[in-house]
Amino acid sequence: MKHDPIEPPAADAREHLIVIGNGMAGCRAVEELLARDPARYRVTIIGAEPLVNYNRIMLSPVLAGEKSFEDIVINDAGWYADNGITLLSGDPVAAIDRAARTVTTRSGLTLAYDRLLIATGSDPFVIPVPGHDLPGVVSFRDMRDVEAMLAAAARGGSAVVIGGGLLGLEAAHGLSLRGMRVTVLHLMPTLMERQLDEAAAWLLKSALEARGQTVLTGADTAAILGDGRVEAVRLKDGTEIAADLVVMAVGIRPAVALARAAGLDVGRGIRVDDHMVTSDPAVLAVGECVEHEGQVYGLVAPLWDMCRALADGLVGTPSGYRPAPTATKLKVAGLDVFSAGDFAVGDGAEDIVLRDASRGIYKRVVVRDDRVVGAVLYGDTADGNWYFDLLKRGESVAPFRDALIFGQAFAAESAPADPRAAVAALSDGAEICGCNGVSKGKVLACIDGGAHGLDAVRAGCKASASCGACTGTVEALLAWRLDGAVETGPKTLCRCTSFGHDDVRREIVAQGMRSIPEVMQRLHWSTPDGCASCRPALNYYLLCALPGDYVDDQQSRFVNERLHANIQKDGTYSVVPRMWGGITSPRELRAIADVVEKYDAPMVKVTGGQRLDIFGIRKEDLPAVWADLNAAGMVSGHAYGKALRTVKTCVGSEWCRFGTQDSTGLGVRIERATWGSWMPHKFKIAVSGCPRNCAEATIKDFGMVCVDSGYELHVGGNGGIKVRATDLLCKVATEREAIEMCAAFIQLYREEARYLERTAPWIERVGLAYVQSRLLPDADARAELAQRFWFSQQFTQDDPWAARAAGAEREHHAPMARFQPQEEMA
Amino acid sequence: MTGEWLDIGWIDEIPLRGSRVVQVDGGDDIALFRTGDGQVFALRDRCPHQHGRLSQGIVHGATVTCPLHNWRIALASGEAQGEDRGCTPTVPVKLSGGRVLLCRASTLRAAA
Ligand code: SRM
Ligand SMILES: Cc1cc2nc3c(=O)[nH]c(=O)nc-3n(C[C@H](O)[C@H](O)[C@H](O)COP(=O)(O)OP(=O)(O)OC[C@H]3O[C@@H](n4cnc5c(N)ncnc54)[C@H](O)[C@@H]3O)c2cc1C
Ligand code: SF4
Ligand code: FES
Repeated sequence: MKHDPIEPPAADAREHLIVIGNGMAGCRAVEELLARDPARYRVTIIGAEPLVNYNRIMLSPVLAGEKSFEDIVINDAGWYADNGITLLSGDPVAAIDRAARTVTTRSGLTLAYDRLLIATGSDPFVIPVPGHDLPGVVSFRDMRDVEAMLAAAARGGSAVVIGGGLLGLEAAHGLSLRGMRVTVLHLMPTLMERQLDEAAAWLLKSALEARGQTVLTGADTAAILGDGRVEAVRLKDGTEIAADLVVMAVGIRPAVALARAAGLDVGRGIRVDDHMVTSDPAVLAVGECVEHEGQVYGLVAPLWDMCRALADGLVGTPSGYRPAPTATKLKVAGLDVFSAGDFAVGDGAEDIVLRDASRGIYKRVVVRDDRVVGAVLYGDTADGNWYFDLLKRGESVAPFRDALIFGQAFAAESAPADPRAAVAALSDGAEICGCNGVSKGKVLACIDGGAHGLDAVRAGCKASASCGACTGTVEALLAWRLDGAVETGPKTLCRCTSFGHDDVRREIVAQGMRSIPEVMQRLHWSTPDGCASCRPALNYYLLCALPGDYVDDQQSRFVNERLHANIQKDGTYSVVPRMWGGITSPRELRAIADVVEKYDAPMVKVTGGQRLDIFGIRKEDLPAVWADLNAAGMVSGHAYGKALRTVKTCVGSEWCRFGTQDSTGLGVRIERATWGSWMPHKFKIAVSGCPRNCAEATIKDFGMVCVDSGYELHVGGNGGIKVRATDLLCKVATEREAIEMCAAFIQLYREEARYLERTAPWIERVGLAYVQSRLLPDADARAELAQRFWFSQQFTQDDPWAARAAGAEREHHAPMARFQPQEEMA
Repeated sequence: MTGEWLDIGWIDEIPLRGSRVVQVDGGDDIALFRTGDGQVFALRDRCPHQHGRLSQGIVHGATVTCPLHNWRIALASGEAQGEDRGCTPTVPVKLSGGRVLLCRASTLRAAA
């Protein structure tokens, strides 16, 4: 039923302002109004929550046990009384009648307004999966949610938090402190992806895991399971995670139902102008429920600006709201994370990155036209506000740009520091390299002892040899001591790092690194996500170091390896199926002929590697082509990979009048054993049946020449750009020994050559004697190398074509969308 | 479909540090890129050098390295970086609620 409007007390002829929403923006707007003109309006605040105005942000510390509800109250009952404000709490507004200028609450109370302010905030978004309404599923928005979580935590058990953004992580932290086993599920590949870049997100994830939380990224929730109460969460991939409590923190939606029902102009939020006035001049709106210039908000700082603009408008001195950049901080004790502005590198923007692995610090400042446009800080956020201030002021940082990343204390020093003078001033006892405990005195002694380059210093006293953070200081010491006559060492892996290939590999193994972002962090990469040179190298080094364990990063592979075919100049692909040892059959030939006709391949040719190459296949058709070839028993030939390519054979003893051994059979067996392996560069094998060497074994990476008494094994041949004939490694008597030697040699090459270094330049660099010393004298050492190769092979001998033909990574092949302009225009 | 923007799909259909193409009948493909920090860019899928498919390159920072001869192309401007000279046309693109929207006029012009 509808009551008559409550009449204002006759004595009070002031305009009546009704505020819907007793939350952060609604009450702040009233505070701003009171500060300007306390007498102008008669104010009534109607709130759905049965509480006074509190600080919603602080719900996280309440959950974590760091604060109580009393600590987070902003305005207590006294404030309402002292300012003559009527508070109707626990009774939400159910309807607005704009024609009559009244609002009606759920309990049926109707009040008349002159001005109405809608400050209803947001509703948590609940993913509508089956089971989302089971008891035990909560969101994280208000005090009631916190009470429900605290009650669940008191019973112990497991909690699953869906959403790895700011809210989700704060909920997970609180629940974990309260003793629950916590799993965070995040749909995106990295945590807090809207605020953090990949490097910072990786550090954050590692830190949370170190605190005992389980963090699953790329986790898509399919259903919440339970009989009358939540028991588990099931992911789309079938994984089930036990849960006594599920917290949904996947996002918020502006609470616009009331406004929409009242016929106000509503987009994603309630549309307002710069003065927070809606499409009805008597109705204002403020806070997370509004949309201003297409933008909606989820942090308080801009809301405070809105409240100021709103109050200015209400007292007749309109100022207008202007959006400003925002900054985020994660409120998890001991984890310092800060992000502000735009940290995506766009046109003309430049990244300045500083990493300090020993202290767990990552800082990235994005500068465009000498102005700070964004910052991501992890581990040390002390300078967050300074960067944010520079960002908001848009001042030029040119005068201290070189020192910008070191923070305010450094950059503020007026004279740009001369690094040589700075190191000269250090005492001899000053520690230069924290990882290896090397003092300035030791570095100088090392330099004076003949180490005249960075590499020599690293080798001599280990300074800057571990994480590389002090590389700059060591270089400055070298420059100062040698007065600039510094020798430049072997090339670094690429311009993203000061380390060479060998150092990177050594540290990956020594420090047990497991992912590309981890290597980049620990070894102080100077770019956020590397470049086209270092990413494929790191991907290879990791997969070589962690067989079966490392998850290949497809985006760090050259297109040919990503698409398992060779890109051609016109953007089509060529497809080379494996022909074991160069042998084929009518069935295979028929399948190839059918593919050529069916997909209109313009050319098929016999390759220099004894196989057939089908040209001109469109990317979209690749999976279908592979399916057809698979059906005839053929698998990928890896003609595209830094991998085992072909094993060329000649006819051998089975047919040839000169043949001494079964070179064809051996070639097939060798290819079956070694195919699929990833290498620093491509790797080719050949087996000839006699010294006439028809398979050209002496220009292969590993060549076998059969003789009466056994097998001559040759290594390091190359027929390419610079022809190099093989060196004779050794001679063995049996096929079994030949195969073991081949495996051991491959593994030595895999573990020690630099990425993109073929066996020929590798052997020229390390010397044949070295390779022989590793493979010949010690049978156990050789067997171990071979064993490591066989171990890693068990994970790679899956035909990548079959997986793609079955639909894996479909997105590599299909266009995302297609447009037909003619139809469009018709 | 009408309006200024063409709705292409969800942002996460593009692999992180990867690319997908939009086919435009009678014209060049448009390559959509998603960088490590989650930005989206759109370019004609043609390298200014010899028309390599940029969509097939390696994406790092806000740059893609062409798969054919390793030119580096800035995603925001389409300009070749470093010593190389050349530019590939960009297509205005924006994100809205996780959807990727391409400028309709520029997309259709790709077919012209
Ligand atoms: C198809 C084929 C030519 C042919 O039709 O015969 C071929 C084609 C290509 N070769 Fe080759 N090479 C082919 C046999 C060879 C041989 C002969 C052999 O393997 O016995 C050699 C010399 C032997 C050697 O490698 O030592 C050879 C030495 C090279 C080189 C130089 C390598 C070097 O170390 O100097 C390159 C360039 C590179 O790898 O950087 C190369 C690169 C290429 C690339 C991948 C160029 C490229 O990057 O796109 C060509 C790919 C075409 C395609 O789309 O398929 N190709 N290439 C042969 C494929 C064999 C197979 O069945 O897989
Ligand atoms: C756990 C948590 C942590 C956060 N941490 C941060 C942080 O670190 N930094 C930051 O900047 N922001 C943070 N936020 C976001 C911040 O709290 C919000 O941006 C802010 O509270 C929004 O203010 P508001 O007034 O628009 O909405 P609210 O504060 O939600 O207020 C809206 C009020 O309106 C009431 N209401 C809704 N409908 C009706 C109705 N029909 N009738 C009557 N009343 C109604 C609601 O019950 C609510 O009390 C956090 C939020 C949460 C939940
Ligand atoms: S020789 Fe040169 S042109 Fe011929 S296939 Fe090999 S790389 Fe291509
Ligand atoms: S076509 Fe792109 S670099 Fe040559």
